[in-house]
Amino acid sequence: MKKTIITVIGKDTVGIIAKVCTYLANNRINILDISQTIVQDYFNMMMIVDMNESSKPFGEISSELEQIGEEIGVIIKCQREEIFSKMHRI
Amino acid sequence: MINIFEVNETNNMIEKENLDVRTITLGISLLDCITDDLDKLNHNIYQKITRVAQNLVKTGKEIEREFGIPIVNKRISVTPIALIGASACKSPEDFVTLAITLDQAAKEVGVNFIGGYSALVSKGMAHFEENLIRSIPKALASTDRVCSSVNVGSTKTGINMDAVKLMGEIIVMTAKETQNRDSLGCAKLVVFCNAPDDNPFMAGAFHGVTEADAVINVGVSGPGVVKTALSKVRGKNFETLCETIKKTSFKVTRVGQLVAVEASKKMGIPFGIVDLSLAPTPAIGDSVADILCEIGLEYVGAPGTTAALALLNDQVKKGGVMASSYVGGLSGAFIPVSEDQGMIDAVLAGALTIEKLEAMTCVCSVGLDMIAIPGNTKATTIAGMIADEMAIGMINQKTTAVRIIPVIGKEVGDMVEFGGLLGHAPIMPVNQFSCDAFINRGGRIPAPIHSFKN
Repeated sequence: MKKTIITVIGKDTVGIIAKVCTYLANNRINILDISQTIVQDYFNMMMIVDMNESSKPFGEISSELEQIGEEIGVIIKCQREEIFSKMHRI
Repeated sequence: MINIFEVNETNNMIEKENLDVRTITLGISLLDCITDDLDKLNHNIYQKITRVAQNLVKTGKEIEREFGIPIVNKRISVTPIALIGASACKSPEDFVTLAITLDQAAKEVGVNFIGGYSALVSKGMAHFEENLIRSIPKALASTDRVCSSVNVGSTKTGINMDAVKLMGEIIVMTAKETQNRDSLGCAKLVVFCNAPDDNPFMAGAFHGVTEADAVINVGVSGPGVVKTALSKVRGKNFETLCETIKKTSFKVTRVGQLVAVEASKKMGIPFGIVDLSLAPTPAIGDSVADILCEIGLEYVGAPGTTAALALLNDQVKKGGVMASSYVGGLSGAFIPVSEDQGMIDAVLAGALTIEKLEAMTCVCSVGLDMIAIPGNTKATTIAGMIADEMAIGMINQKTTAVRIIPVIGKEVGDMVEFGGLLGHAPIMPVNQFSCDAFINRGGRIPAPIHSFKN
C-alpha cells in the first residue's frame, strides 16, 4: 500500500476538514490517520491516506487538492510518505 | 507512523531552508558511438543521448511532484569526448562539431548542462587529447550548455606540467572567446587532479570509462538546513556541534538516496551514487559560508576557517555515508565564491583571499572554484595557481580542481555578473610575482612516494 501525506496549512476557518474529506471520499481515498494542531495561529493538519482505490493518477489528485486549497485560502500539499519515512526512520 | 512534527520538520527544510536535490545527472557512455567518420560520429552521439535521456526531465518533474521536493537541475554526463573523437577528429575544429552536437542533444532533451567535453591527461597527452584541449575555447564559445573538464594530475601518476601550462593558456583564450559575456566560458571549464568518474556536479561531470552504459547519479544540497540546525546549538561544545551536523546530513542525504532510487526505477537505469556534498547557491540562506559563520567565525577567512571547514566536511560525510547505499562523486563541502553570498560578503569585507581559499581546499571538496580574477592575469600565473592546487590534490590523495575566471576588461574592485546559479563575484587580486621559469620547464612532476602501495 502506497501511503500519501496530505498537509493543510493556513488561516483557520470553518469547514476546512469537511471540504478536504469530501473530496477524498468522492475519489475513494481512505484516511488512515489525522492529526491537527495550531502553530503560531495557523491551522496545521496532516492526514495519512491510502490512494490505492482511487482511479485518478497522483498528479491529478495533487493538483485538484491544491486548487481546493486556493478556494478556501489554505495551502494543501500532497506528498508520498517515503520522503518523511526515509528521513525520520532508519 | 510518521507524525505531524516530523512532516513539518521536513517541509520546513524544503520551504524555508532551501533543501533540494541539486541535480539528477544521467551518465551516458558514448563508447559504442565511436567511428572514424566524423558525420556518422556526430549522428551516433545525438541519437544515443536523445534516446537514453528522453525521459530524464519528465521523470525529474514527476519525482518533484510526488515527493514535493525541488530538483534544481537535470543534467547529462558523457564519456570523455577526447576518447570518443580520437579516431574521427583530426583537428580542434573537428572536435568543436562534437561540442555543438552535445549542445543540440542537451537542448533537445531539455537538460540544464551536459558535461564530458573532457580529456584525461594526468600522465601524458595524446595528439587527439591535445586537439580536444585546444578546441575548448571555441567549443565553449559556440555552445550554451556544454561543460568541459581536463584532468591533469593524480596521486598515482603525478602532475602533467605540460598540460598544466597549456590549461593556463586555454583558460585565457576561453576568457577572450567569451569576453562579450564576462568571460562566462571559464565558468564551464574545470581543471582537475584525481577527477572522479561518477561526479554529478558541473562543470566537472563526465561519465568515466569504468562506468556502465548508463547510470543515475544524484547530488543533494542543504546548506540552509545545516545552518538552521546549528543556530539551535549556539555556544554548545564541539561534540554537540558535530553531532548536530551529522544528524542533519543524514536526513538530507536520505532524500537524495530516495530520489536516486526512484529515478533509477522509473527510468530503468541503474543507480550509481549519491554525492554527499554541501553545494551552495547565490540564494540568501543557501550558503556554506553562513554555516562557517554559524560555527563561530565573523567572516569566512578569519583564523579558524580551515579548522571549521575541516570539521564540517568530515561530519557531513560521517552523517551521509550511512544514509546512502552508494556514496561517490566529490562528496564534501563546496566553496565556490560567486555561487555563495556569504563568500562574496567575506571577499568584499576583505576577510577572504585566494591564498586562504587555497588553504581551505586542503580540507574540503573541491578547489579554487568560481573565483573571478583580473582579465590581464598572465597564462603562466594561472598555470602556477593550477599547479599549486593539483599538488594539494596529489599529495593529499583527494580531488582538487580549479575553475577561475580571468574576466577580460575587469580589474580588482570590479564586480562581474554570471547570472543564475553561477552568481556574481568581485574580482579578487592575484599574487603578482612571476612563476614563468617554473611553468616553462616542461615535463611532469613524478608521483609522490605514498602512491607506491603495491
